[in-house]
Amino acid sequence: MYVAVKGGEKAIRNSHALISEERRGDLEVPELTVEQIREQMSLSVDRVMTEGSIYDRNLAALAIKQAQGDLVEAIFLLRAFRATLPRLAHSLPLDTAKMQVQRRISASYKDLPGGQILGPTYDYTHRLLDFNLALDGMEREQAVVADQGVDPHLPRVADVLNHEGLIEPEQQGAAQEPFDLTRQPMSFPASRDQRLQALARGDEGFLLALGYSTQRGYGGNHPFAGEIRLGEVEVWIQPEGLDFAVSIGDIKVSECQMINQFKGNAEHPPQFTRGYGLAFGHSERKTMAMALVDRALRAPELGESVRFPAQQPEFVLYHSDNVEASGFVQHLKLPHYVDFQAELQLVRQLRQEHQAKQRDKQQAASQGADSAQAPSTASQSQEPNHV
Amino acid sequence: MCKPYSGYNYAYLDEQTKRMIRRALLKALAIPGYQVPFGSREMPLPYGWGTGGVQITAAILGPKDVLKVIDQGADDTTNAVSIRRFFENLAQVKTTEDPRAATLIQTRHRIPEMPLQEQQVLVYQVPQPEPLRSLESSEQETRKMHGYSEYGLMQVRLYEDIARFGHIATTYGYPVMVNERYLMSPTPIPKFDNPKMHLNPCIQLFGAGREKRIYAVPPYTQVRSLDFDDHPFSIQTWPQACDLCGDQHSYLDEVVLDDQGGRMFVCSDSFHCQSRQQQGHLGARQRQEEQAHD
Amino acid sequence: MTEKDWLASLPPPLLQVEDLSFYYGDQVGCLDINFQLYPGEVLGIVGESGSGKSTLLNCLSGHQPPSSGRVMFDHRQQGLVDLFALSEPERRLLMRTDWGLVRQNPRDGLRMNLSAGGNVGERLMAVGARHYGHIRGQAEQWLGRVEIASDRLDHLPTTFSGGMQQRLQIARNLVSQPRLIFMDEPTGGLDVSVQAKLLDLLRGLVRDLNIAAIVVTHDLAVVRLLADRLLVMRQGRVVESGLTDQVLDDPQHPYTQLLVSSVLQV
Repeated sequence: MYVAVKGGEKAIRNSHALISEERRGDLEVPELTVEQIREQMSLSVDRVMTEGSIYDRNLAALAIKQAQGDLVEAIFLLRAFRATLPRLAHSLPLDTAKMQVQRRISASYKDLPGGQILGPTYDYTHRLLDFNLALDGMEREQAVVADQGVDPHLPRVADVLNHEGLIEPEQQGAAQEPFDLTRQPMSFPASRDQRLQALARGDEGFLLALGYSTQRGYGGNHPFAGEIRLGEVEVWIQPEGLDFAVSIGDIKVSECQMINQFKGNAEHPPQFTRGYGLAFGHSERKTMAMALVDRALRAPELGESVRFPAQQPEFVLYHSDNVEASGFVQHLKLPHYVDFQAELQLVRQLRQEHQAKQRDKQQAASQGADSAQAPSTASQSQEPNHV
Repeated sequence: MCKPYSGYNYAYLDEQTKRMIRRALLKALAIPGYQVPFGSREMPLPYGWGTGGVQITAAILGPKDVLKVIDQGADDTTNAVSIRRFFENLAQVKTTEDPRAATLIQTRHRIPEMPLQEQQVLVYQVPQPEPLRSLESSEQETRKMHGYSEYGLMQVRLYEDIARFGHIATTYGYPVMVNERYLMSPTPIPKFDNPKMHLNPCIQLFGAGREKRIYAVPPYTQVRSLDFDDHPFSIQTWPQACDLCGDQHSYLDEVVLDDQGGRMFVCSDSFHCQSRQQQGHLGARQRQEEQAHD
Repeated sequence: MTEKDWLASLPPPLLQVEDLSFYYGDQVGCLDINFQLYPGEVLGIVGESGSGKSTLLNCLSGHQPPSSGRVMFDHRQQGLVDLFALSEPERRLLMRTDWGLVRQNPRDGLRMNLSAGGNVGERLMAVGARHYGHIRGQAEQWLGRVEIASDRLDHLPTTFSGGMQQRLQIARNLVSQPRLIFMDEPTGGLDVSVQAKLLDLLRGLVRDLNIAAIVVTHDLAVVRLLADRLLVMRQGRVVESGLTDQVLDDPQHPYTQLLVSSVLQV
């Protein structure tokens, strides 16, 4: 007797067992530890923390291990975990001017107070595979420690420009509680806090491509990398009922202030404008892309015409989240038998009707030839069939 | 091995979130067909796989409930199994395949063939809550169109179908007017199921997790499928009956048997089909097999 | 009959513009515009680009609230109302029923992915028409009036020539039998011979249907053929107004004189 395909609990259970096996790989090879991932895959950890919206290196490393190194899947794991956590407070705006800087560069000034600090970067490496890394126990290079520490107060480039009024002032939005994208749905027109949150959580690849598109003429803003800095900043919260703020610890962040040309309009004099990017850990590419897109999205507010994808808030913000995108694209794997059946039936019917029409046309043509009468309108007068 | 579900609240979501969702549900029931934005959470299953429906079910599920989960009309499709197991593990809820025994039915793409009753809740998984989205991509604009009841464009789409094909060529996700006020997407159920929404005694709830919208059709509410006076709405029919249970009035799935065009048609609603067979209704294939045994 | 008596015997104006000004920041878009438009009357607004005529059109057609002043409209149900005191849904309804807007580029005024019939039928369906056969019949009739063959009814506008697209746009606007239609450079992108044909058609339609129209253009030949009265705009202000023939044949303002003399007489 025919039995309909059973998806079945057993198949699912077996599939789970199989991924567990695949994840472990060859048993001859020692198992990766979460600590190893945390310490040696730190840039992956940083990306997963940023787009997963939790600052926790151990959880991010665990998610990467569990997802077999699939970062989008790891981000999803962190997000789903995050959704179950209580929301206790929101922090005060980070004061990145007080950052303990590990890296700080500006592309708009040759030198500036505090100097250019290269820090750790792949920028000037030659991208040659280093086969030494494939060997065990190779001694690592040691960086030379400077005689004196980094100046604890490095003014930000944007602040330097601000003194002259050459750049638009930073918006102070701290008075009311910031929008929380993890608790409220996006609404349009999207305020800046909504936008920046969505971009910070947004997929690095998507933002990179959009930022790139603005450089290639799909919404150019003549950007300069005003300043990129990486380092530890203190997080402060102001508990309800207290009139002073409390420090709850340090986090490592990357920040990018993109400076963009702006010709001015009736309301604003010519001035540089800002695009802003911020991410957990060392996530430079992400923050730069984010800053470009942030600026592009400000087109309407600055009176620029909105012509390109990167300038359209609904397009960018609705499609930047890789947890949403990945889920919906992959939901096409779910059965769609019912809808497919409906379409199948329709296409068959339309084809039948088409054939019938053609037949009628041919008949009409041959009749016309036989009797030399005016062409029949049979094809038009035929009543459409109903389902 | 430690259970991965330990340490989570009953039915996964915390009580604050459940309350937030229930408030959205009440609002949705008060304004039939209106899409209520809600603070959708990331769930441990992917967006597009029923996160909206799962959040609604999690928000209203209680220990006395009996849950049925179907996908494409069947209880045993992989995603239905996965979601059922989720609630078995996290809420220890009793489950059933019998729609009459269920207090809560979560569904994707079908409405059960057996009529539902008062006191029952049907929760739909919604991939795209906005029926106007394919015509207007801007959310700001579609919200205005709903606000002002500007639905002419949807009618124009149906007009174009008839102009091109001779009849309306929308077969699933067929747009409906709820209570003569809001245009609503019935989710990708086949239009065959649209009439079941009309004046249904049960509560119909719709959850779109990724799009962060909830909407509802309260019991005994008018649900009208859009059409033209001279091209009235009609549902799918089949020349065949179900090959297993012989039903001539249920929605059929086509099962391909070989690559020579061999196929059979069986009920999409697996429970409906099985119970008919148990009652002694036999389809053409079953009868053949019985004769072969004789 | 004195002129006063004669004015009093006229029907009330359809559109009454009072001290309308619009500023872009501190830049003048248009300044202190006053005029009245009567049912069935065609008003031409001419000027070079940058003269403020498009800004004025945006305010008049309800797309841009003026910085000051009012646009009063003789609403079918409510009588004389301030356009911008209407609620947004009321204004949107007005725009797709009693008003029409013919844009310079038919691509902006048509739905290029809908058939000609769908384009014309949209306004009917927007106000509740639900009989396919009737909608189609009306669409066909309107296509006929703008001289588009009925066998093009199911074709997409992308398959139409520029002149046909513009005629389709006109049919799409007229199907709801509006009392007022705005036209923004209606012959803008067309060849001279096609322009002449379109103007001829338009003139016939507004006369036959007794539609009032406001035609914004830089092309004096267009208003010569279509408009009863003219406003000449320069730097946001109306510098001269009057009957079309009077303004064009005996211009008083130096700018109008310049404008008229710069056109080759034919």
